[in-house]
Amino acid sequence: MARYIGQRIIYMIITLFLIATISFVLMKLLPGSPLANANKLTEEQQEVIYEKYGLNDPIPVQYANYLGGLVQGDLGISFKYDNRSVSDILGDRIGPSAQLGIQALIIGTVLGILLGLVSAIYHNGITDYLSTIIAVLGTSIPSFVFAGLLQFFVAVKWGILPVATWNGFEYSILPTIALAIFPMATCARFMRTEMIEVLNEDYITTAKAKGLAGSAIIFKHGIRNALIPLITILGPLAVGLLTGTLVIEQIFSVPGIGEQFVTSVNTNDFPIIMGTTMFFAVVFIVMILIIDILYGLIDPRIRLSGKD
Amino acid sequence: MRKTNWLLLALVLVLSSFLAACSGGSSGSGGSGGDGGSGDSAEGSANGEQVFNLLIGDEIPSMDSSLAKDQYGIQWTSEIQEGLYRLAEDGSLAEGIATGDPEVSEDGMTWTFTLRDNAEWENGDPVTAHDFVYAWQRAINPDTGSEYGPYMMGDVIKNATAINQGEMDVEELGVKAVDDYTLEVTLDHPIPYFESLTTFPTFMPLNQKFVEEQGENYALEADNLLSNGPFKMTEWKHGSTMKFEKNDTYWDAENVQLEEINLQVSKDIATGVNLYDTGEVDRAPLTAEFVDSRINDPGYVAIPDMASWYLKLNQNRVGEETPLANINARKAVAQAIDKEGLVNVVLNDGSIVSNGLMPTDFVKGPDGTDFREQNGDLLTYDLEAAKESWTKAKEELGQDEITLEILTGDTDSSTQIVDYIKEQLETNLEGLTIKTMQVPFQQRLDLDTAGDFDIQVSGWGPDYMDPNSFMNLFVTDGENNRMAFSNKEYDSLVEQAGGENATNPEARWQNFLDAEKILLEEAAIAPLWQDGNAFLWSPKVKGVFPNPAGNDFEYKWAYADNAAAESAE
Repeated sequence: MARYIGQRIIYMIITLFLIATISFVLMKLLPGSPLANANKLTEEQQEVIYEKYGLNDPIPVQYANYLGGLVQGDLGISFKYDNRSVSDILGDRIGPSAQLGIQALIIGTVLGILLGLVSAIYHNGITDYLSTIIAVLGTSIPSFVFAGLLQFFVAVKWGILPVATWNGFEYSILPTIALAIFPMATCARFMRTEMIEVLNEDYITTAKAKGLAGSAIIFKHGIRNALIPLITILGPLAVGLLTGTLVIEQIFSVPGIGEQFVTSVNTNDFPIIMGTTMFFAVVFIVMILIIDILYGLIDPRIRLSGKD
Repeated sequence: MRKTNWLLLALVLVLSSFLAACSGGSSGSGGSGGDGGSGDSAEGSANGEQVFNLLIGDEIPSMDSSLAKDQYGIQWTSEIQEGLYRLAEDGSLAEGIATGDPEVSEDGMTWTFTLRDNAEWENGDPVTAHDFVYAWQRAINPDTGSEYGPYMMGDVIKNATAINQGEMDVEELGVKAVDDYTLEVTLDHPIPYFESLTTFPTFMPLNQKFVEEQGENYALEADNLLSNGPFKMTEWKHGSTMKFEKNDTYWDAENVQLEEINLQVSKDIATGVNLYDTGEVDRAPLTAEFVDSRINDPGYVAIPDMASWYLKLNQNRVGEETPLANINARKAVAQAIDKEGLVNVVLNDGSIVSNGLMPTDFVKGPDGTDFREQNGDLLTYDLEAAKESWTKAKEELGQDEITLEILTGDTDSSTQIVDYIKEQLETNLEGLTIKTMQVPFQQRLDLDTAGDFDIQVSGWGPDYMDPNSFMNLFVTDGENNRMAFSNKEYDSLVEQAGGENATNPEARWQNFLDAEKILLEEAAIAPLWQDGNAFLWSPKVKGVFPNPAGNDFEYKWAYADNAAAESAE
């Protein structure tokens, strides 16, 4: 196990290096200047400001400087937010995104698994159809529509919860629900399919034949086996949620990292673009590693080993 | 697929808010003018809690007055700091740290300001002439990397350009403290509107001791700021909320009634409207799609903005002459668009038709007449004239089919506007095909700089209150010309206004009037509309003055009339 993880970490570093390089090249290809008022300044005046940003150096030098900083954990200084360090800006933004993401992930997967289970057990009954409808709606209606509806009815019409902004737990409820719909629907559909399949397996028939109680069959044999494929989609889902979803953040005025990323791309704020990309990459890679380890724990048949 | 759609939508949303935040090429920077919202329509007085809760479209990029470069930075540094003068009602100048009028030398080159001796920084230090000298030198210092420093001071203050290029020492800048309360400024050439420039953040004083103590942390958090203005920043949760409170050490604190301004970052217009409806905020901006349903709301106001929008008609695209080098082709394009339809149906936010370059109610001449009123409608929608010019143009060019490309932004509203223009031009001018090219803002600036377009939907918001802020845009090879327009008479008129006529207000005014006439007789640009900003604006918010340039709104004289809000309900 230790050897396996060690090997994976080396691969992770190589992957990160490649991501850093590719994003650096792509970023340099972005058209436009990082200045807010390029159209008001002469070329000579622009050069003066580029000097401060280090943009007058040859590209390989910029690249080397960038990698050098990265190795020391220095992500640089933002262009748009003068003199503010990228780590500070990301630090401010990660909290709200992560909180929303974790809340939505827990609620979404728990409810989704329950919904899928109920569907599978009452296969082809009214409950199944109802929960299938919910699942289909959940995956096909974009979350910003849910967000708009939630905001209008729950906050404006009924006045139960705050409309938007970020000032405490109650402010996180509506965005969490809006965010949880998609993972819930996805998990429900997955769980239903897998569970129906598992319930038709021979070993379930065996369990039934030897007289196990219905609940024991479902909990001991059914769920555990149906969960394995679900873990696969949980990884990307979790990354998507933890790294922020800009539309929901925008609608509920949450100071999260998703909308920060888009703003930085639009304003050519190179250090923030790179910092955010690297942050996303690290989260994603670590998440994949965790999922792989989880696999082994849930299904002992999958062996984690450095060599096969 | 679905994810891509979210991303697109989000990009559009974010970009539109960014566009709004950008000076110059967009609608945001201009500030506003005319009626003070609901402020001056009702008589009222301050009563109840003196607190405003307002929305802000984005995090403030910088609260450092030397570095402020967008509408938010310019707005809020202007509230916590004060320069020589301050913009007051209807864009008039009120005394700031300076008292009385400056003494101007006969050649218009040396300006001497007398400072009040009762102005203090928050920490008790007096505000002196040395604080101005330090701040101005800092803004132009190449190490500071300010955008507005070289833009506002270059070719304005003596030696500013050379200092910014590193060819001279900052001490050589044409500003010096004669004594603690006398500031002497030497200009590069006579600039009659220099007084109004001094309201801009770049020209505000800084407390050298404090700024140097803070070092790299200066202006990064609320604690790293030192106020000498009507308000002070007391809380700054980045990307989320900001709080400004009345600054009791401000020299004119007795005339500041507002105790607190809370800002909430919100980029989504619908969210802003919902926050307004639930009473969380006192003002929310509206876009066209919300105007129809809210126009009868008691809080609805549309405030004219001083940003002017037009088509740039490029005569030479990267070394190759375009059909628009033909004056009849330009006239045809400029007169073939029904602008009424554009402002009423497409924009629908209080924008008005523009038939010139200078906005309405922006600047008044020596005799008090508005520039636009005096110069009248110079280039209007005229279908017959357009068709006639078009036929002539096609003959002269020897072409029956002409294709032109329009460059514009990639936001929702840009799409609607450019679709409308395309439809109008193709319907009204036979044989014309319009291709549209929609790109993100920064890329549009790149293409603009390169002159790589046939037609461009472009806008300009002024940074200071003088006709020059618009008229110098189109001098030959100017930074904003980039459309190969060159007219010797136009150039010489603008040059005269900045040179031999600089100290002669009447002649100078006439120079600008004549220059604008030439610009539009030549159909160098096709004027389209002047921006409006629609808001839901609580009746309790009074005394907020929209500014024609610089900070969008002035809050120094604002107050909350809570009784008015109750009676309006």
